[in-house]
Amino acid sequence: MRRRRFLTISTTAVGGTLIYTLDRTPLRVHAQAGRKIRVPLRYFDERGALVVAAAAARIFPSDSSGPGASEAGVIVYIDRQLAGPYGRDRYRYVQPPFEEGLPEQGYQGKATPREIYREGVPLLGQEFDSLPPADQDRKLRAIETTLFFRLLRQNTIEGMFCDPMHGGNADLIGWQLIGYPGPHMSWSNEIDRHYGEPYRPRPRSLSDVLGHPVKPWEDSE
Amino acid sequence: MKTLPRTDAVIVGGGWAGLLMAKELGARTALSVVVLERGGPHKASDYSEGMDEVDYAVRLRMMQDASRETVTFRPTAKHRALPIRQFGSFLPGTGTGGAGEHWTGLTPRFMPDCFELHTRTVERYGAKRLPANHAIQDWGVTYGELEPFYTRAEKLLGVSGKSGVNPFEGPRSAEYPTPPMRLPYFPSLIAGAARSLGYHPAPTPSANLSTAYRNPDGMVRPACQYCGFCERFGCMVGAKAQPTNTLLPVIARQKGVTIRTGTDVRRVLHRDGKATGVLFRDAAGDEVFQPADIVLLASWTLNNTRLLLLSKIGEPYDPATGRGQVGRNLTHQVNTRGFLLFFDRPLNRFMGAGACGVTISDLDGDCFDHTSLDFLRGAAVNANALGHPPIRSFGVVPPSVKATWGTEWKRAAMESFDRTANLGISGEHLAYTTNYMDIDPTYRDVHGDPLLRLTISWNDNDRNLIRHVTAKMTEVARAAGAREVSAPPLSPYDVMSYKSTHIQGGTIMGASPATSVLNPWLQHWQMANLFVLGGSSFPQNPSGNPTLTILAQTLRTADALIGRYLRQPGPLM
Repeated sequence: MRRRRFLTISTTAVGGTLIYTLDRTPLRVHAQAGRKIRVPLRYFDERGALVVAAAAARIFPSDSSGPGASEAGVIVYIDRQLAGPYGRDRYRYVQPPFEEGLPEQGYQGKATPREIYREGVPLLGQEFDSLPPADQDRKLRAIETTLFFRLLRQNTIEGMFCDPMHGGNADLIGWQLIGYPGPHMSWSNEIDRHYGEPYRPRPRSLSDVLGHPVKPWEDSE
Repeated sequence: MKTLPRTDAVIVGGGWAGLLMAKELGARTALSVVVLERGGPHKASDYSEGMDEVDYAVRLRMMQDASRETVTFRPTAKHRALPIRQFGSFLPGTGTGGAGEHWTGLTPRFMPDCFELHTRTVERYGAKRLPANHAIQDWGVTYGELEPFYTRAEKLLGVSGKSGVNPFEGPRSAEYPTPPMRLPYFPSLIAGAARSLGYHPAPTPSANLSTAYRNPDGMVRPACQYCGFCERFGCMVGAKAQPTNTLLPVIARQKGVTIRTGTDVRRVLHRDGKATGVLFRDAAGDEVFQPADIVLLASWTLNNTRLLLLSKIGEPYDPATGRGQVGRNLTHQVNTRGFLLFFDRPLNRFMGAGACGVTISDLDGDCFDHTSLDFLRGAAVNANALGHPPIRSFGVVPPSVKATWGTEWKRAAMESFDRTANLGISGEHLAYTTNYMDIDPTYRDVHGDPLLRLTISWNDNDRNLIRHVTAKMTEVARAAGAREVSAPPLSPYDVMSYKSTHIQGGTIMGASPATSVLNPWLQHWQMANLFVLGGSSFPQNPSGNPTLTILAQTLRTADALIGRYLRQPGPLM
């Protein structure tokens, strides 16, 4: 078994914050300037995680319109997805021959999401996370059309707005940002009201609604 | 190979069609019935932990496992077919209940002229208006013959709706079993605007259930809670009709019916023109033969067709000569999900249900005159509030915003998130000689059997239809207050973007064995003890969602099988 790896991040970077440990115990971390926490990594090493986290933070930046990928813990989500069945293409048809097709025929490559990240992260450079934002954006623009970038953009959105059991959307920051309340058992009393007016109930996670933790797919195999 | 004891009937596939047939046989006959379902068991109580977009709507936890078996696709016979490595344009279900567990629940009846499409079109416009490469034909059954079964199917599900609002709906012998669903904001905007422009929006017929309902089998389901988790999810409260909450509890009480999950049926065996049973691989990997007097395939369009081809039953369709029947008339639906409306007000779209809103039929079928138009038929327009899953919805920005990431995009996407809605355009897909299914020469499934190959592309009729309907509906969108509208033309058929899970054809029904696989009772023309249920029997694909028609046809076949075939086994025609 490989040595456990951790990502050290500043708690100011992760909102409120609720983070799940490997055994699914929720660990609540209150933001305090200057404090550091160590998040266990399942797939990335710390360097790779820092680079991917920095790239996700430019795709979904923290700015005057609100928090972004850093506060939501998007990197924790991506790390867990890559470590799980999705990362190794457990449910994709991967029989050969692999032929280049038409765009309409969809992704025909052999590379798994893990491999796409493994080949993509070096394109950004080892020190990407310490570059000024303008330089980071320049580097990202240069790879905008790559499969790696498209996947990273998609995974970043997933990590922003997933149920927090998957590691992202820490403290429901993504849902708060867009006024999405998460799963609730009933809107029967509201469905044909609030015409033209914002109705913004307080967001709740699936485990909040059910009153017990739920095991995400990536943890079940 | 292990051989099981003989059974009276074996049903391949445990979705809506297979389990409905099992329930009918179990309730009305003393037959022994075995249902073989290749996926795992599902039950109504499975779904309380399922309100999770990542696992169910993005990673497709309830869908067929593509790593084991998929299909290949090419746009035309000139191209090389490649496997659909991840499902996208359609999502085959698996496990008990099949795709009926995670469907949206739209349950329209098809319009009467759909069943006589060739006759009616030639009558009104002449044969020269049919596209050069068309394969359009009549079903061999009429709306009038199917009507009583539509009524039974609606009572089974408790369909919510209201008659007399949609003037284009076929005659009905009974009112909808339950009143319409409640009307959320976005559909109400479209309904008002459409009415002001002379259209006839009507409540979308819904199996989501507006009030608590007890069906004729005594199955009780509660009213929909509008939680917004229908499409790609099983229902958390059991309001949406699903095979597991509508059929399975009835079957569980029946002595004659056995359901075996984890069984991959690979062949229908036959001798001297008679099916003798089916060969399957069980969960342990053993080859098993299930002998049966009657074989019923209900394993969805693609697998029904593939099983006939692999089992060498009937003649494969040859597009070059027009000979052969198995695999012909592959159709999908001419859907565009890219028709987006940008409003300046929040829509509270997180609330909703799969079928919750209004349907406009004025531009559907032959409800308008096509004499001076460059296409036939039309589209159902659905303004529904399906819920608003944030991962799949976020990131859409008005056409005026060019950024796709970073600060400008984030701000625009946040602003647009709850101010954007999709008007569903569901176009009728005609049959063409150039769209068909056969056996792929290269790629194989987990057992080593060849995959099914789809050859399909859009034709001019499809593109012109979408252009016309989206132009008309852009006027409605503007009248409803949309400040920007994105109405892209129909892009080439692709396997990534979701259209619908309404792929039809391959084992079509018809009035003549020269051009169809099944007679109008869904009985194989040449092999009288073989029946094929489901959308694979549709000669072409009307605009509406197919489930209610599949259920109605299954009930009609069940009546013929029980009332006539069992007394005198043989051809029903």
